[in-house]
Amino acid sequence: MTKQERMKIPRQEMPLQDTLIRRGNFEEVSLGLPEDAAVKEAERCLQCKKPKCVEGCPVGVLIPQFIKALREGDINEAVRVMKIKNNLPAVCGRVCPQENQCEGNCILGKTGEPLAIGRLERYIGDYELSRRTCPMVKPHDTGKKVAVVGSGPAGIACAVDLGREGHKVTIFESLHSAGGVLIYGIPEFRLPKPVVHSEIDYAVQCLGIEIKTDHIIGRTVTLDELLGEYDAVFIGTGAGLPNFMKIPGINYSGVMSANEFLTRINLMKAYRFPEYDTPVRIGGRVAVIGAGNVAMDSARCAVRLQKSMGMESGEVHVIYRRSRDEVPARLEEFHHAEEEGIIFDFLTSPVEIFGDINGNVTGIKCIRMKLGDADASGRKKPVPLANSEFTIDVDTVIMALGTSPNPVVFTNNGNLRRTNEGTVVADNETGRTSRERLWAGGDVVTGSATVISAMGAGKRAAADIHRFLMEGM
Amino acid sequence: MYTILDKQALNDAIKLMVIEAPHVARKASAGQFVIVRIDDFGERVPLTIADFDRSAGTVTIIFQEAGKSTKHLGSLNAGDNLATFAGPLGHPTEIKRYGAVICVAGGVGIAPVYPIAKALKEAGNVVISIVGARNKGLLFWEERMRTVSDELIVCTDDGSYGRKAVVTEPLKEILSVKNIANVWAIGPAIMMKFVSMLTKEFNVPTVVSLNTIMIDGTGMCGGCRVLLEDGAKFVCVDGPEFDGHKIDWDSLLSRQRIYLNEERIASGRWEHICNLDKSDETAGDKDK
Ligand SMILES: Cc1cc2nc3c(=O)[nH]c(=O)nc-3n(C[C@H](O)[C@H](O)[C@H](O)COP(=O)(O)OP(=O)(O)OC[C@H]3O[C@@H](n4cnc5c(N)ncnc54)[C@H](O)[C@@H]3O)c2cc1C
Ligand SMILES: Cc1cc2nc3c(=O)[nH]c(=O)nc-3n(C[C@H](O)[C@H](O)[C@H](O)COP(=O)(O)OP(=O)(O)OC[C@H]3O[C@@H](n4cnc5c(N)ncnc54)[C@H](O)[C@@H]3O)c2cc1C
Ligand code: SF4
Ligand code: FES
Repeated sequence: MTKQERMKIPRQEMPLQDTLIRRGNFEEVSLGLPEDAAVKEAERCLQCKKPKCVEGCPVGVLIPQFIKALREGDINEAVRVMKIKNNLPAVCGRVCPQENQCEGNCILGKTGEPLAIGRLERYIGDYELSRRTCPMVKPHDTGKKVAVVGSGPAGIACAVDLGREGHKVTIFESLHSAGGVLIYGIPEFRLPKPVVHSEIDYAVQCLGIEIKTDHIIGRTVTLDELLGEYDAVFIGTGAGLPNFMKIPGINYSGVMSANEFLTRINLMKAYRFPEYDTPVRIGGRVAVIGAGNVAMDSARCAVRLQKSMGMESGEVHVIYRRSRDEVPARLEEFHHAEEEGIIFDFLTSPVEIFGDINGNVTGIKCIRMKLGDADASGRKKPVPLANSEFTIDVDTVIMALGTSPNPVVFTNNGNLRRTNEGTVVADNETGRTSRERLWAGGDVVTGSATVISAMGAGKRAAADIHRFLMEGM
Repeated sequence: MYTILDKQALNDAIKLMVIEAPHVARKASAGQFVIVRIDDFGERVPLTIADFDRSAGTVTIIFQEAGKSTKHLGSLNAGDNLATFAGPLGHPTEIKRYGAVICVAGGVGIAPVYPIAKALKEAGNVVISIVGARNKGLLFWEERMRTVSDELIVCTDDGSYGRKAVVTEPLKEILSVKNIANVWAIGPAIMMKFVSMLTKEFNVPTVVSLNTIMIDGTGMCGGCRVLLEDGAKFVCVDGPEFDGHKIDWDSLLSRQRIYLNEERIASGRWEHICNLDKSDETAGDKDK
């Protein structure tokens, strides 16, 4: 096929669950490309000599190579190539912000639509999950022991790479289920939990990694004790501590953090109450504050709960102080949220929450904003417009304003250097911290970021830990 | 999986269980709690560590059958397993030599108060204990409390045992005549509220152990938050013990009621399932 012919093939669309139906269920929205569409999409790739897409990928997936194998019909080879750099393709293919990473850099995007790399990655991941074509083998035992704290993407990526080198790895997780945000945060309709369990179980079985759930490091066991027992320790505890706005009324019943709302729904399966014991409360008029992935997930869960409880006239607002152009969520999720009928109140910021005498939320007072000059983050700064206050009647308020690292893990660890924001100070290339034999990576170092950047940090730390264990430096 | 090694009924509604959980027993101390989940359908229930044995690797919990989860837990027996037993969580009680102290326990609060009173006594304090319950049937561990107290006052709301009074009555009498260094109070929130209001009048520092609704118990969801004079705190990681004089009790009480309706649904459903089980058994009997 010539370059011109390749460029004439249209980008293959992702089949989706019908908008009206999906508003009332928690089943996956994107259904996955069928085989012929996947191969056709793969045909679009120009196999660039200097592939820009790879530069945009935080773990450097060998994109042109896996795509070549896919279109040549050698899918086992495509899986093998993928797994050199990425152990969780079925997860990343679903949740990575591709438009800012690989696809954002793709040369096809200059004149037309970029290659749907994420959709192909998911195709490979799902194929592999159903066939188990590529067993990872544990080489001989090095006799070295490593403790990994936290089982999110950073911890899992670190553990898998160390396991592949033949080290004995134990993961400690405070919750009862491994996976971090992939399990408790990201909803089923975006990332089905069996996909996460399956990816983790598989890696763990192949490599003999042990996962100890119900172990809160800092309480059940301390970091000092882990350092006494293991040759190296990696901290990948994420940024799970929710921020609440400093406005009056946040303690009314009906105000909750996105973490609480999403944990009830995803980890505890509250959308299936009373079959599952944990309930979740949702009213007919919901305000979600923020517009990142966490806010989109909360708003879309809220719509689904309303519809499944028969609140057909329910309303879900997303309140965001900047404009549509600054929405930080993945583009696809923002679009899906709009399709599902979520109301976006842009350039709006809450100033107070109202409640009734029983302590239940009744409304949220907001102020209109305009965009001023760029601030330190390079984004235009929202400025309040005088005398523009107004009230929205709501009975549920969900705060999705970002998170910071949970300090529990650091109990009695005075000499580990951390920033004022509570994140761990660690070398970007190696993950080394101010304490000897202690590495850290993922959201606990960067603050809330992405699945793939956490995996990247876990992998870089694993490489450095391996070097340290084998060469003692 | 965590095995139930022993189960005792302290009275009709309150059960004690000894759980095999060496990872918790290793580090446990008075004032801390665990998160229990019965099975894969279960919620994460916080329960105080009533006792522990490091060498045996066991932890004792005592719970009142209130709703679905605690009734379900109470229906399990020695040999059964729990899916989750995580901890120890929260900060231990600060035990030191204060002087004369009062420990106030309401209902199932006797369980968490006992190890605190014991530790305070061992640290050389004069311990006066006031134990209260709605009626005689809800009292337990009177003798145990007596062994760790210099003085023990027992009262019931209905007068079915001990003195007919709520705990604040004897408390007020003692505070009026004795110099008390510190008060601990654990029980229903409403009891802790009134104890705190009273001790504030007498200017006696008061520690309460809050039982807000929790999900993770590790500081991740903020569901357990409580308003203090100096802002919101998370009970699971900042507590569970707080200065009773600084708490916004009304906000706490209203937040505890958030899931009342759902709790009723779950509890009703559970009892329905139990009754079906029982009628199945009787049906089976007839066949024999
Ligand atoms: C709702 C939501 C949606 C998101 N959507 C996306 C998306 O679409 N795309 C994307 O790329 N990113 C998304 N993110 C961000 C992404 O999930 C995170 O950046 C990523 O999970 C960070 O990985 P991590 O391994 O550093 O931490 P986490 O995933 O947070 O995992 C940390 C783990 O450590 C455990 N832990 C914490 N403290 C302790 C302790 N003391 N002892 C033992 N274990 C402990 C936690 O329980 C948890 O399991 C989203 C985040 C949220 C909350
Ligand atoms: C740190 C901590 C330690 C605790 N220790 C103990 C203990 O040692 N023994 C014990 O019996 N209980 C203890 N509790 C309370 C216990 O967690 C609740 O009784 C339990 O969650 C009720 O669950 P359920 O499903 O059986 O009842 P639900 O159906 O959830 O509730 C039944 C009734 O109890 C009330 N309730 C619900 N949750 C709580 C709660 N967390 N605290 C107080 N009341 C609640 C409800 O308003 C309702 O009226 C503790 C709570 C906390 C936060
Ligand atoms: S930049 Fe685009 S076209 Fe080029 S190799 Fe990468 S995916 Fe293919
Ligand atoms: S229970 Fe979730 S923060 Fe305390």
